[in-house]
Amino acid sequence: MTDIRISLKDVHKRFSTKVVLDGVNLDIMPGESVVIIGGSGSGKSVTLKCILGLLTPDSGDIEVDGESVVGIGDREREHINAKIGMLFQSAALFDSLTVWENAAFGLIAGKGMSRRDAQPIAMEKLALVGLDDKYAMMSPADLSGGMRKRVGLARAIAIEPEILFFDEPTTGIDPIMGDIINELIIKCCDETGATALTITHDMASARKISDRIAMLYKGKIVWDGPTREIDNADNAIVQQFIHGRAEGPIEIESRRA
Amino acid sequence: MTAVQTVGRLFLAFLEMVGQVTVFTLVAISHCLRPPFYFRLIGRQMMEIGYYSLPVIALTTLFAGMVLALQSYTGFARNSVGAESAIAEIVVLSITRELGPVLAGLMVAARVGSSIAAEIGTMRVTEQIDALVTLSTNPYKYLVTPRVLAGVFTMPLLIVVGDIIGVFGGYIVSIYKLGFNPTLYLKTSWDKLFLEDVTCGLVKAAVFGFIVTLMGCYQGYHSRGGAQGVGTATINSVVSSSILILILNYLISAMFFGT
Repeated sequence: MTDIRISLKDVHKRFSTKVVLDGVNLDIMPGESVVIIGGSGSGKSVTLKCILGLLTPDSGDIEVDGESVVGIGDREREHINAKIGMLFQSAALFDSLTVWENAAFGLIAGKGMSRRDAQPIAMEKLALVGLDDKYAMMSPADLSGGMRKRVGLARAIAIEPEILFFDEPTTGIDPIMGDIINELIIKCCDETGATALTITHDMASARKISDRIAMLYKGKIVWDGPTREIDNADNAIVQQFIHGRAEGPIEIESRRA
Repeated sequence: MTAVQTVGRLFLAFLEMVGQVTVFTLVAISHCLRPPFYFRLIGRQMMEIGYYSLPVIALTTLFAGMVLALQSYTGFARNSVGAESAIAEIVVLSITRELGPVLAGLMVAARVGSSIAAEIGTMRVTEQIDALVTLSTNPYKYLVTPRVLAGVFTMPLLIVVGDIIGVFGGYIVSIYKLGFNPTLYLKTSWDKLFLEDVTCGLVKAAVFGFIVTLMGCYQGYHSRGGAQGVGTATINSVVSSSILILILNYLISAMFFGT
């Protein structure tokens, strides 16, 4: 038994000839909030999907609470994922269900709770993210992007997970709503003591919600350290990224190539 | 690239697809047999696939029965054969054995298969299927199993209704247009219809229900690339299930009445 909550060891993943992850090493401690930053296409989402079992790494190992999760069966995967709540970039709400049914989904479908028992918990979580009763019966299609992310957050925390993943939590919403989401993420992590892993390219959000930042570039972690030290990082790639400069060592892939 | 390479690549791609469909089918069937079951979803899909398809099935089989009576009469009249009892037999056998299941299968492929492919395809490209996995819900169990079970169990019921309406279509034309004796028509229909004919039609219906829902789920589940990908998945689901329906229809007919 180890104290490390999530451990990635030399994870490789490629799609046909394109190498996406080229030996990622990262350890995340319990209760820690880690943010992975990196440009578009640097493999941030692939990293999360590998941990969740949505993609299988080509080589390397991933451990959650000391158990290897690469190549495990459906039952074990459901058991592992029951510990993890995930907020998707586009919220990925189920549009055939109402807002409260979405929030209660993990309880009803995942844990087999009755609808009657799950509803008050869902309403409580919706209230926690600032959505009152009048939204409960609405369809996700009638909500704005920021509202949908709140419902997605309520759905992720309803199962009271020990680990929370956030995929670009502030992308595609206005700065004020973005900051509200940041506050909610901090609040949820503090209240539940959950370990958080966020991927983003929004530096303001990264600074606000993280204890530690790791920079992913060309499929490798090129820098990893406490958030307060990132401004003094002795790494040209990190410096270019956090200051958003067009000139520097980072090669932008040409889409036309 | 030479012609041989192209043929080889296409052949390998075809084999890969066959393998993928087979694995998908086996996994789907295995989930149909293992708990937990989402009865609420199965019920909803039965309404969607069965009940809401009734009007379209009724219209299709009604007109099939009507035109069958009309055209066979023309054929008999030309050869001056006694048409009255033959037409009732032709209508009832063609509808129960072949036209009912095939026409209904094709209509359901167009109505239900396409909607399943589009719905699951959209869920795939908007990460809703990934979200199911993160919420410890097996997507096969939640999305595929209810649809496949609903297809297998409701299609035979639909076909029973379709058969009755199809025979009724033949009856309308025979009585009101061709001036046959109604009692004789119904009696002939009933006498000439054997259990085997109905069984064959119902077996076909269950198989077609399975094919349509399974191909819809498969194509949707494996769709990629946004709106265009969902469009392609929808086309593929309708085309592949229609072709499979026609091929399997022949094979099942050969099995029942081949000798």
